[in-house]
Amino acid sequence: MITIADNTCDFCGACVSVCPPDCIEIREADIEIDEETCIDCNLCVYVCPLEVLSSDDSPTD
Amino acid sequence: MIPQQTDIVVVGGGPAGSTFALHAAQSGLDVIILEKDRDIGVPVRCGEAVSDAGLRIFHEPDSRWIRSTIDRMRMIAPDETIIEFPLKEIGYILDRRIFDLDLARFAAEAGARVFTKTYVHGLLFRDDFVTGVRGLYLNEPFEVQAKLVIGADGVESRVGRWAGIRTQLKLKDIESGLQKTVSGIDVSSNIFDFYLSTHWAPGGYLWVFPKGKHMANIGLAINGTEAKKGRSARSFLEAFIADKYPQGSVLSTVAGGVPVARTVVPMVTDGLMLVGDAAHTVNPLTGGGIISGMRSGLLAAETASKILIANENPTRDRLNSYSKAWASVGGKNHERLYRLKESIYRFKDDELNAIAHRLSAVPESDLSLFKIFSTALRAKPSLLIDVARLFTGI
Repeated sequence: MITIADNTCDFCGACVSVCPPDCIEIREADIEIDEETCIDCNLCVYVCPLEVLSSDDSPTD
Repeated sequence: MIPQQTDIVVVGGGPAGSTFALHAAQSGLDVIILEKDRDIGVPVRCGEAVSDAGLRIFHEPDSRWIRSTIDRMRMIAPDETIIEFPLKEIGYILDRRIFDLDLARFAAEAGARVFTKTYVHGLLFRDDFVTGVRGLYLNEPFEVQAKLVIGADGVESRVGRWAGIRTQLKLKDIESGLQKTVSGIDVSSNIFDFYLSTHWAPGGYLWVFPKGKHMANIGLAINGTEAKKGRSARSFLEAFIADKYPQGSVLSTVAGGVPVARTVVPMVTDGLMLVGDAAHTVNPLTGGGIISGMRSGLLAAETASKILIANENPTRDRLNSYSKAWASVGGKNHERLYRLKESIYRFKDDELNAIAHRLSAVPESDLSLFKIFSTALRAKPSLLIDVARLFTGI
């Protein structure tokens, strides 16, 4: 499960562009991840420029 | 109110979408642009660099768009060896807030209608043929029927996905970028700085693009395969600014993903075309995407106008002449740049240093990007094939 840190997202969409099941929704200043369709691949965690996204098994190095 | 019916819906009001809309509207078609953000041009997700020659394909440069005119470039190696040389043609650092706004204004003056704060969240279909979009306008649901939909929705490129086109980027084909506009610093207003180093930007590069003498866009992009928790674009950029420009004030910070990929295949389907970042038209070596995005918008508009003015159905087969036009204008070159990116981003710091040392012995008048690549070749002969193809192909 992906966790979204409060008040740090810039809504740039980098995560959306790599998400295989297209489960991330970004509006002007709003981000939502649909847990039902998320496959926990963590690609969004890697690519986020601001380290907004994290998961329980986030890569650390 | 958003009309229930139009000829063409453009999803996204950046340079590619607005350029498409301008030319389609000029040919007499009803065009609407739907932009999800409150303002066209904001937030800026870009280093804002363009070449003079590229800009002039579309518009006479307007002084209000230009924050700096660049005629020299510096490449800084990992060991801080500096290679400085003049550019063959000048470049500009734009103010994209003004530039993008003007591009949308030009489209509006040609008859297109622009709606901001309009969020598109799905397509309408009839027998697998795209027939419009649905979304929220000021949080009210709407649907608009269109003969043709243009996905100009940037790196997210969801419009294409909804139509069944595989636009999802692999990690190696995206750069994770972050840029800060830093003021209260001293920079040369006519010089681009590029730092090539795995220390500052693994699998990418770091740029300092001046906006006058005391302000600059300082940004970097790291390859998706290099980005990790604690080694994100943010951590690299903060380290660089603390080291090189500790006295600066950050006036703006923008994050962004840069597609450094092959162009999307296919670029069209029944009732739909992709342009700009959404079609991965960004130069995969430099990450520059403003001019190539505008070019794809123009080419798409030429194809779309011909088909719709003739009252023909915009089938995938008919729309495909846009993909062919794109391939003939820049497609082969794009492929070469992609392969070159794959090689250059894998250079190790000692290889980059060796190249810089060789180049520092070359007189400035002999320096050019060609010279840099040919020197890089000697350090890494496997680059030969790609570079040879790149330069003979131009």
